Amino acid sequence: MTTKPHLIVIGNGMAGCRAVEEILARDSGRYRVTIFGAEPRVNYNRIMLSPLLAGEKSFEEIVINDHDWYAGNGIQLVAGDAVVAIDRQAKRVTTASGRVEPYDKLLIATGSDPFIIPVPGHDLKGVVTFRDMDDVASMLRAADSGGGAVVIGGGLLGLEAAHGLSLRGMKVTVIHLMPTLMERQLDEAAGWLLKSALESRGQTILTGADTAEIYGNGKVEGVRLKDGREIPASIVVMAVGIRPNVKLAKAAGLAVGRGIQVDDHLVTSDADILSVGECVEHDGLVYGLVAPLWEMCRALADGLVATPSGYRGSVTSTKLKVAGLDVFSAGDFSGGEGCEDIVLRDATRGVYKRVIVKQDRVVGAVLYGDTGDGNWYFDLLRKGEDVAPIRDALIFGQAFASGGASANPLDAVAALGADAEICGCNGVSKGSIVTAIDGGACSLDAVRACTKASASCGSCTGLVEKLLTIAMGDDYAGARENQPMCKCTSFTHEDVRAQILEKELKVIPQVMQALSWSTPDGCSSCRPALNYYLLCAWPGEHQEDPQSRFVNERMHANIQKDGSYSVVPRMWGGVTTPNELRAIADAADKYGARMVKVTGGQRLDLFGIQKEDLPAIWADLNAAGMVSGHAYGKALRTVKTCVGSEWCRFGTQDSTGLGIKIEHMTWGSWMPHKFKIAVSGCPRNCAEATIKDFGIICVDSGYELMIGGNGGIHLRGTELLCKVATEQEALDYCAAFIQLYREEARYLDRTAPWMERVGLDYVKQRIVEDDAGREALRARFLYAQSYLQKDPWAERAAGAEAHLHQHIAEIRPFAVVGGR
Amino acid sequence: MDAIWLDIGPVEQLPALGARTLPVQGGEEIAIFRTANGEVYALVNACPHKQGPLSQGIVHDTSVTCPLHNWRISLVTGEALGEDKGCVPVIPVKIDGGRILISRAEALAGTN
Repeated sequence: MTTKPHLIVIGNGMAGCRAVEEILARDSGRYRVTIFGAEPRVNYNRIMLSPLLAGEKSFEEIVINDHDWYAGNGIQLVAGDAVVAIDRQAKRVTTASGRVEPYDKLLIATGSDPFIIPVPGHDLKGVVTFRDMDDVASMLRAADSGGGAVVIGGGLLGLEAAHGLSLRGMKVTVIHLMPTLMERQLDEAAGWLLKSALESRGQTILTGADTAEIYGNGKVEGVRLKDGREIPASIVVMAVGIRPNVKLAKAAGLAVGRGIQVDDHLVTSDADILSVGECVEHDGLVYGLVAPLWEMCRALADGLVATPSGYRGSVTSTKLKVAGLDVFSAGDFSGGEGCEDIVLRDATRGVYKRVIVKQDRVVGAVLYGDTGDGNWYFDLLRKGEDVAPIRDALIFGQAFASGGASANPLDAVAALGADAEICGCNGVSKGSIVTAIDGGACSLDAVRACTKASASCGSCTGLVEKLLTIAMGDDYAGARENQPMCKCTSFTHEDVRAQILEKELKVIPQVMQALSWSTPDGCSSCRPALNYYLLCAWPGEHQEDPQSRFVNERMHANIQKDGSYSVVPRMWGGVTTPNELRAIADAADKYGARMVKVTGGQRLDLFGIQKEDLPAIWADLNAAGMVSGHAYGKALRTVKTCVGSEWCRFGTQDSTGLGIKIEHMTWGSWMPHKFKIAVSGCPRNCAEATIKDFGIICVDSGYELMIGGNGGIHLRGTELLCKVATEQEALDYCAAFIQLYREEARYLDRTAPWMERVGLDYVKQRIVEDDAGREALRARFLYAQSYLQKDPWAERAAGAEAHLHQHIAEIRPFAVVGGR
Repeated sequence: MDAIWLDIGPVEQLPALGARTLPVQGGEEIAIFRTANGEVYALVNACPHKQGPLSQGIVHDTSVTCPLHNWRISLVTGEALGEDKGCVPVIPVKIDGGRILISRAEALAGTN
C-alpha cells in the first residue's frame, strides 16, 4: 500500500475529481490519491449552481461524488485546507494549516477565479461573485430581505445569476458593457431576442452600460453608471468573466501564460506536475466551459496510466441554463470569407436558427427558441461532415434533413402528407394549398390570397413555392408581381411597412426577426429603408440607428470623391443677409473650403471640408444663426422662390414669403427620397416650380398646387393637384401631400415614380376629395415634425456622436517619445 | 525592440456595425471596423475602385459597402465581392483584454 506512488490533486472541483475518476477507471491500483480542496465540502457540480440559486435543485442533488466515493476508492480528502505552496525540489506541498505532504505526481486543478472589475466600491459588503456555494449562500441571504439586485455582466454566468435572483423575488438589473447580451456566444439577432425575453420576465437589461462605481456606506446601496444613472441594490453580483487561477503554479516557477501551459498530455513544464481544467493553457487557448474539461481528463488519464492519446483542443458549444429560454451556440458564427449563412426565423414560435457553412462543412450554429437540433449541428461541426447532400434541408433540422431516403428538398416536401401543416401562423395544411393551386392559384400572391398561407410571418414562403413547383412543374413562373425589398427578405416594401404597423415593430432587429430576414444583420440596401420606415411609423419613440444611415445622413454633410465633405447651410426661401454671407465667407477661409458654389436650390455650398472639422464649422455657422440645409438627406431640401409681388412687376402673390413659411414648416423632415419645393410668383414660373416634388404657381385668384415633378435622368413635369384660394390652404395641402408620400412611397422612390405607380386620381382622392383624411395626414405630419425639427448640426457641434468625427488614434512611426 | 502589436485603444470606442479611422504618418490611413458580433477588422481606408473612404460605408455581416459607388468589400480578405474585381490590403488586428491591437509591420507597410 505505502509503496504505491502518491498522487496529490490540488482542487476538489469538477476537473480534479473527474481526472481521478478517469485514472481509477483505467487502473484503480496505480496511485495512492490525496485530494486537497479549499471549500469545506465534497465535490459538487459547479455548473448546477444556477438551478440551485433558482431553487430548482438542492445541494444534495448537485453533489457528484459523496463521502462514500472517496472512502470506497481509498481517496483521502482534505477539504477546507487549501494548498498554499508547492516545493518542486523536495516534491511536496504545504497547506494553509501548515500540513506538509510529499508527492510523486502532482495534479493542479485550481480552476479559475472570477474577475472583479476594480471600480470604486468593489470591496463593499454585498458585492459577490458567482462561483461557489458560499456565493450562492450570500445571494440567497440578500434575496430573503428582498429589494434590488444588480448583476454586472450579461454573459452566460451573469444571466443565470440574474435569472435565479429574479425567481427569488428580487428586482434585477443586468448591466452589460457590450451592445448585445452574450456577444461571445450569440449574434446580434439572437442577443436581441434574449434581451426582450428577459425583459418580458421583469428583468431590466442595460446594454452598452459602463459601471462607474458601486456606492454605499459600509455595504452596497447601489451602482452608478458612467452616464450618471443610479440603480439602487442591496447586492451586486460581479459576473464579468473568469481568469485561470495560476497563483500556485506561477509561484512554483512553472511555465505560465494566460494559464498553466501544458502539452497534449496535460503535463506542465515539470514532468511530474500535470494540470487540467480551466486553469490550463493548451496550444494558446484557455477554456471556461465544461465539455473541454471531460476531453482533457480522458487524455490526462490515458497519458498517465494507459496508452497516451493526446488532447488536441476542443470545439465548444454553449447552452444557457435558464428555464424556458433555449439558447445554443457552437463554433464560429462570425461569418467571413467563403462562409454562407443559412437563417430560419419563425416569428410565431419565437425561433431563430442560423447555421454557418463553409466549403460544405458546418462551422458554426446559433439557435434561439428551438435548440433541439443543437447537438446534431454540433456533431456535424466536430466531425467536419460534408453537408452538401443535405444543404437545402439543413436548417430544418435532423428529422427533416435526414428524414427521407433522398435529401432533395422538393422530395421532402412532396413526401409530406396532405394534412401536414405548412403555414403555422394561419394553420394551413399542405392539402389546402395543393387544392388552391389545382383550383387555379398559380402564383405565390394568389396562394396567399386564397389560403392565407405565407401571408403572415412569411417563413413558409419557400415551402409554398416548392409546392407550386411540384404541382405546376415548369409552368410555375416563380417570380412574384411585386419584387421583395432586397435579397434579405421575401416581403415587398409595402408588406414590410404594413407589418411594422400591425405588429408594432419598433427596432430593426425586431423587424428582421418578425419578418424572417434571411441575413443576420441585413444589407446596405434594407437597413436604411427599415430605419426610415420605423422613424416614419413611430415618430415619437424612434431610436436612430446611425449605422443604418448612408454616410451623408450619418455625417450630416455630402461626401465628395476625395473623401472630404461639402457643407450647405439653410437659406430660408433662398433669402440671405450680409451677416450670414460674412459668416459663410469667414468659415470658408477658416476651414480651407477649396470652392464655394451657388447651388441649384438657391444657397451656398462649401466644398473640401474635412470630417474632423465638421463640428467646428457647424458651430461657427450656428453662431451666425444658420442651421443644417439637409442638402445631404433623403429629406426636405430647399424651397426655391422668386421675388414675387414684393418686388416683381409681374408678381401676383408674395411667393418669397410663402416659400419661407413652407420651409419653416417642412425643414428637418425625413422622406423616402430627397424632396424639393418651389414657389413661383406668377405663371412665368421663374422658380421652376413645375419640376419639383411640390410646386406652387401663384395666380391672381390664388395658388395652383403642382405635384410629382423632378429633373434628373427621367425628366417629369408636375401634374396639377388642385387650386386653392389662401396661403393657409396651400400650406395645409402641402403638409398632407408630403405625409402621404412619406407614409406610402417605397424608400428611394421620389414622388415622380411613386405617382406613376399610384396615379394622380388616387392622390387627388386622398388629398382633395377627403377633407377629414387630408386633415389627419396634415396632423400626423406636424406631429412628426415636432420630433424632427432639431438642428442636427447644433447637436453635433455640442459634442453628440463625436466619435464619428475623430480618428480612433494615430500612428506616427518616426516620433520616438522617451526612448524604447 | 519594436513591438509587434500596437495598442490603438479600447474596443468600446468602435461602434458596432461601424468604423473609425487610424491615420499613419507617412503611410496610408487605415479603417478599423467592428461587426455586429463584435469582431474587429482593419483595411486600408481606400476602396480599390475609386479610393472611396471605406470607413464611412455601411457594415453588414463581414463586409462593408463603399459610400461612393456601393462596391462591397470583404472585411476578411479585402477583396471586392460580387461582380466587382479588386482588393485592398488587410491589416492584422486582434482584441486582447478589451484593447484593439494592430500589427505594426502591416500598419507601417506604406511608409518608408
